[in-house]
Amino acid sequence: MKIHEYQAKQLLAQYSVPVAPGKVCTTPEEVRLSASEFCGGGNKCVVKAQIHSGGRGKAGGVKLAASPQQAFEIATSMLGSTLYTHQTGPEGRVVHKVLVTTAVSVRREFYLSITADNENAALVIVASADGGTEIEETAKTHPERIVQIPLSPVMGFKRYQAIRTARALGLAGPLEKELTSILSALSRLYVDKDCSLVEINPLVETDEGHLLCLDAKVNFDDNALFRHPEIVALRDVDEEDPREYRASQSDLSYVSLDGDIGCLVNGAGLAMATMDIIKGFGGAPANFLDVGGSATAEKVKAAFEIILSDTRVKAIFVNIFGGIMKCDIIAAGVVSAASELGLNVPLVVRLEGTNVDEGRRILSESGLNVIEASDMADGARKAVRAAKEARA
Amino acid sequence: MSIFVDSNTRVIVQGITGNQGTFHTRQMLDYGTKIVAGVTPGKEGQDVFGVPVFDTVHAAVKATGADASVIYVPPKFAADAILEAADAGVRLIVCITEGIPVLDMAAVKQYLATKKSRLIGPNCPGIITPGQCKIGIMPGYIHRPGHVGIISRSGTLTYEAVKQLSDRGIGQSTVIGIGGDPIRGTGFIDALKAFEADPDTWAVVMNGEIGGSGEEEAARFIATEMTKPVAAFIGGQSAPAGKRMGHAGAIIAGGKGTASGKIAALKQAGVEVAMTPDLIGQALVDAVKKCGIEIS
Repeated sequence: MKIHEYQAKQLLAQYSVPVAPGKVCTTPEEVRLSASEFCGGGNKCVVKAQIHSGGRGKAGGVKLAASPQQAFEIATSMLGSTLYTHQTGPEGRVVHKVLVTTAVSVRREFYLSITADNENAALVIVASADGGTEIEETAKTHPERIVQIPLSPVMGFKRYQAIRTARALGLAGPLEKELTSILSALSRLYVDKDCSLVEINPLVETDEGHLLCLDAKVNFDDNALFRHPEIVALRDVDEEDPREYRASQSDLSYVSLDGDIGCLVNGAGLAMATMDIIKGFGGAPANFLDVGGSATAEKVKAAFEIILSDTRVKAIFVNIFGGIMKCDIIAAGVVSAASELGLNVPLVVRLEGTNVDEGRRILSESGLNVIEASDMADGARKAVRAAKEARA
Repeated sequence: MSIFVDSNTRVIVQGITGNQGTFHTRQMLDYGTKIVAGVTPGKEGQDVFGVPVFDTVHAAVKATGADASVIYVPPKFAADAILEAADAGVRLIVCITEGIPVLDMAAVKQYLATKKSRLIGPNCPGIITPGQCKIGIMPGYIHRPGHVGIISRSGTLTYEAVKQLSDRGIGQSTVIGIGGDPIRGTGFIDALKAFEADPDTWAVVMNGEIGGSGEEEAARFIATEMTKPVAAFIGGQSAPAGKRMGHAGAIIAGGKGTASGKIAALKQAGVEVAMTPDLIGQALVDAVKKCGIEIS
């Protein structure tokens, strides 16, 4: 799960990480009022679009204002507008909130984060003296300028790791002390809240000679949300793909893609393989959808609703290998969903596994126009053809 | 012969009185698995299909001499269940549970490093030696005894591979689902090593998917240590970067873990790679033919 920059900064502040003061606003009037605290009389402030995406600056989502009036004008055009970054995709993201914060004069910019090192069942501190918006570029062109220091979530943060990080960033004396307490806070936050990423970019040295967090990103492990209601409360549904959100409410795993063949599969591996085979036959999947190992008729129906709500879908391919999940239950779910929701695209069904004969009988006696497939390849071929004919 | 489990394996079911636990206990018993005990705290003294239930794994092991355990408890308690089994000295722990927090598994993994127990999973279908012992949730009837070992990160895709082999009259020695989570117990190399050492396994099928670097490491192991033919499939060739494909581990991040990188590494290691999932069985046949072995 992702949260906004302003929420990440609030969390960091709870752990005593120094963050630039700011206020989140939803209207230009609020922005004018907040800006009067931060700018005027030579001091500038920054208006920052709050969307779940990096690359906001380049997309015009971060702007300097010299006066509350100017902040008001910036907010007027920014709020309600759509931002397009390299992470939002072609559909972009609508800006519903902006953060008004002080503009800070900086001497140096650093990158600092803690993330998972799953191969080693551990965490890793990632730090670079080349902070700021170009960090992804640095990672590609000068990987040696980024240091990675292993961190054990069981043992916790240790002093030697702080010293190594400080040396890598070229920090000593009082700044090293400040860095140590920031790192200690980040590692406690990471473990306390079951994060998957805690990132400060940039972490800056101000003209006054102190470290300050100017931008932050915190992501969480979805599997651990059950023990963090305070984090779940930070969820912003506006930032999620509406179909992906609906799927998550029905405990379905769904990812929106840009093709036109809707897929309904049991098991993540088989669902990925189904997308691959559709591509292999010259088609394009509209989605990844795993109904899980213990799908009920209701779940199958919810899955159909989500697929059918995607107007790009020209054909549906149901690919089920019933292990513990029984084919007759899937078939009954397909029939009830299709008849209730009104199926208006070709439906290809491949059933295999437990109670397959009963499942096939239910489908053929339903009166539904189901295209039956003998195996996975046959099904993919038929779905690709059906989608092609529907497009023509 | 087989790896990790056979007809002598004595199994405990942790979470036996839950829906999943009870249902799969029935399935495993019907397959012929020696289920000797169940564990659900607070239910000691009851029985499920005649299998005695204990409060703790320690008590179950002491009373029955069990050497393996399968876990069907909810994600909240699953890490605890793994730790308890390891602490009780269970040799093989199979964790079916999906959705365990990553930090819980990080701690489990560190603890297991100090123990002799082997963990399979979590978030996996389990392990089966056809005709002898089924531990997990896979449909038993699609398997047949034979000489091909299968290792897979996914459940239903494992069934797909098994069926393609069985339909061709090719049986399996042992089939292992290692699970779709980023932090797991047994990995590809552990299983490959065991299959290489097992005289009854003549060839291996490996189903990988996007994310992580397990397949690339397996490719290096195959190139240097394996004498037996290996066929492979990598799922997620059409998956976009940055999107998690159901499995917590299946994500292409920072340009790493792509299907094309994994396929190239495997081909380099001499592995026969099926480019689409319907060709897994054929890839195994081709790999075996190249080595001049008769397998069916």
